[in-house]
Amino acid sequence: MNVIRKLIFGFCMLYFAAGVSAAADSIVIKGSTTVLPVAQGTLEAFMKANPGVQMSLSGGGSGEGIKALIDKTADIATSSREIKPKEIELAKSKGVHPVAHIVAYDAIIPVVHPKNKVKNLTVDQLGQIYQGNITNWKELGGDDLKIVVISRDSSSGTFESWDHFVMKKAKVTPKAQMLASNGALVTAVAKNKYAIAYLGIGYLNKSVKPLQVNGITASIQTAMSKEYPFSRELYMYTNGEPQNAVAKYLAFVKSTQGQKVVAKEGFVPLTEVQKVGKKGKK
Amino acid sequence: MDKKSVWGEKRLMTRKTKEIFMKYIFFLFSLVSVVVLGLIVYSLFREGLPLFTVVSVKDFLFGMEWYPTYEPPSFGIFPLMVGSLIVTLMATLIAVPLGVMAAIYISEIAPQRVKEILKSVIELLAGLPSVVLGFFGMVIVAPWLQETFDLPTGLNIFNASIILAIMAIPTISSISEDALYAVPREFKEASYALGATKFETIVQVIVPAALSGISTAVMLGMARAIGETMVVLMVAGGSAAIPESLFDSVRPMPASIAAEMGETPYGSAHYQALFAIGMVLFFLTLAFNLIADYVSHKFKQTGSATL
Amino acid sequence: MKQTIFFTLVRASALVITLALGGIILYIFLNGFSVISWDFITKPPTDSMTKGGIMPAILGTVYLTFGAVAVGLPLGIASAIYLTEYARQRRVIRLIRVGINCLAGVPSVVFGLFGLGFFVIYLELGSSILSGSLTLGFLILPTIIGASEEALKAVPQTFREASLSLGVTKWQTTYRIVLPNALPGILTGSILGIGRAAGETAPIMFTAAAYFTAKLPGSVFDEVMALPYHIYVLATAGTNIEATRPIQFGTVLVLVAVVLGIDLIAIVIRGYMRRNKRW
Repeated sequence: MNVIRKLIFGFCMLYFAAGVSAAADSIVIKGSTTVLPVAQGTLEAFMKANPGVQMSLSGGGSGEGIKALIDKTADIATSSREIKPKEIELAKSKGVHPVAHIVAYDAIIPVVHPKNKVKNLTVDQLGQIYQGNITNWKELGGDDLKIVVISRDSSSGTFESWDHFVMKKAKVTPKAQMLASNGALVTAVAKNKYAIAYLGIGYLNKSVKPLQVNGITASIQTAMSKEYPFSRELYMYTNGEPQNAVAKYLAFVKSTQGQKVVAKEGFVPLTEVQKVGKKGKK
Repeated sequence: MDKKSVWGEKRLMTRKTKEIFMKYIFFLFSLVSVVVLGLIVYSLFREGLPLFTVVSVKDFLFGMEWYPTYEPPSFGIFPLMVGSLIVTLMATLIAVPLGVMAAIYISEIAPQRVKEILKSVIELLAGLPSVVLGFFGMVIVAPWLQETFDLPTGLNIFNASIILAIMAIPTISSISEDALYAVPREFKEASYALGATKFETIVQVIVPAALSGISTAVMLGMARAIGETMVVLMVAGGSAAIPESLFDSVRPMPASIAAEMGETPYGSAHYQALFAIGMVLFFLTLAFNLIADYVSHKFKQTGSATL
Repeated sequence: MKQTIFFTLVRASALVITLALGGIILYIFLNGFSVISWDFITKPPTDSMTKGGIMPAILGTVYLTFGAVAVGLPLGIASAIYLTEYARQRRVIRLIRVGINCLAGVPSVVFGLFGLGFFVIYLELGSSILSGSLTLGFLILPTIIGASEEALKAVPQTFREASLSLGVTKWQTTYRIVLPNALPGILTGSILGIGRAAGETAPIMFTAAAYFTAKLPGSVFDEVMALPYHIYVLATAGTNIEATRPIQFGTVLVLVAVVLGIDLIAIVIRGYMRRNKRW
């Protein structure tokens, strides 16, 4: 009995001791699954040079990141959309002043199963599909197959961007499947010959087939020149101007080294960086 | 009267004082469960009730559109409730026969060794974490369903029901087994004495006698299914529409909460709506548990002394 | 004739259930086995989780489970002691029991909401090992109370009577006689609860878990990776779901091995105790 009591006591002491000696430098990053590969890649590289910093990273969607920033449970919010005016209000009311940092560019690409015959869709057609008005691929020149609409859930910045570019406030059909991340969309479409979905350019790989929009193929060039209609910025938000470790990290992300990681992950770097990576060769 | 020890000096902490002290300490600790429960209810109410200044209860419960992030948002959870109910019902339909029959097998028919092994099997099944079952449903059952039935998606009611049934079976089975075990031997012996076969005894005497316990088991199994989160999050598909077929996707209530909680800023209407769903879920499972409790006490088979 | 059909059905049910368990475990084992290696268990993930190990998740789960036990075990045993040794008024006992039963029925996601609202935000503990442990601890509290009560009741009344008749006080009796004899039973019974704490995802989603921590947690106020959350997140929200699939299976295998392993040990010990009881 005594031994057990001592053990329990010992654990409690360890816990308290651990709690008191909290890590001095820590960065908590939460938010967009689109930005996740960029965040993770730069995080890993940053850690190599700065081992003293405790960093943790979570996805969940741009909405989650911004909420965490507002609730002060994260230091950096990654987001694939701009912060909404309502969110800025809420933040200010809690003493948080979001500052935007653009860390990369992205293009949202509608994708289908590789066996799908359709190659190109207009913005309008995409809108009709997602509203549930066009329901069969044959209406678009494809096979006689039902269209399975796959979308992102509401916390997603990618979803918001899609709404901005395509839906324009119209409601997505309730029959759409709502998945939690870009990654999940890739898997879903790769396995499903009926499916259509939309992803950030960094997630494009051989298992899915990208569609042209209005006849334009998405690529690093067309995204940078904004020729491709669904080009957007990727953000990291901080509370006020960044300090200490957070500032160092953000500077790293925007530096040439950081941007090399961006390109490697398949996204569009801030400036022309001549590194063609494993993924995202267009 | 001064408290004095054996050696005569005054003592404050007599054995008696210590006794009373310890008793109250333990009493306080035992109140923790009640306190935590109260805190949970309080948290749910505190965060969820404010929603009803924005949305009426009727619109919330019966509204057909769950679009919490649109401008203006709509918070109708009827499709979510339907989703929950359908997967629970289907899961129960699968789990009850399997669970009860397995319980009958264990308690009446199986030989001793088999009995012990089976009981362990069921306990291990109960120990499987829900995320593992959700993973299994998502990665193995879903593609199989999609291929075999040529479905638009394998993440649907059917899949979720099967996996939920796997989760509910241990609950139903072990509680039913306890109920069957509790049937007094005299019932069995009397039945045999009258010439009944084993089959007739089980079906016409023992099971009816254990019926209250078995219904308790079913209710608790259903409560488990309704409240289960990870499985429905990963397997049910996520579309917030009223399903038209067993192979449609749904978005049961716990799945909505888990999927959307991360993105809603503290205090926003969406946040409150999710807590409100939590309230509904809490009361539903509470109702199931209370009914199960009531049934088990009211119709409890009294001992053989009353025969 | 009816009897044969019935008996076959009944046997079949038992078989189906066993096959289900066996099938699931087998599938996981077959798919996950290839990933398991010493490195897998001791190294952190690299290359956006497509390579490397899951050590931080294992460690995180260990911390959270220990934390849950630290919260749940003392509270649970104390509650059980009160209910079996001290409580006399029937109304109070009923109230506490209703509380325990209701708590047992609360869905895990509601616990998660509670943990978020109360520990993370209200008490400002933030998303941390501390919040997660507290939430998990209360989640398993009913299980521990149930197991403790059973174990305490199993200690023969004669022990207590003998002790009291020798002039030992109630508290001393409980502390020195009843509790030590009940402890093995309490622990084996609680192990199922401990297994649950290790495997639960919803309660830690918003109270403790992170997708990726670059370093191991330095304090109880840090977020951690955890096995169940890792599985969920890699399978649904990861950056490269197909590439990490083997790792997902590996993680599942580790989690299942740990949880079922603990459960099996408890079952075996319990069976052993039942057969070799000293009284």
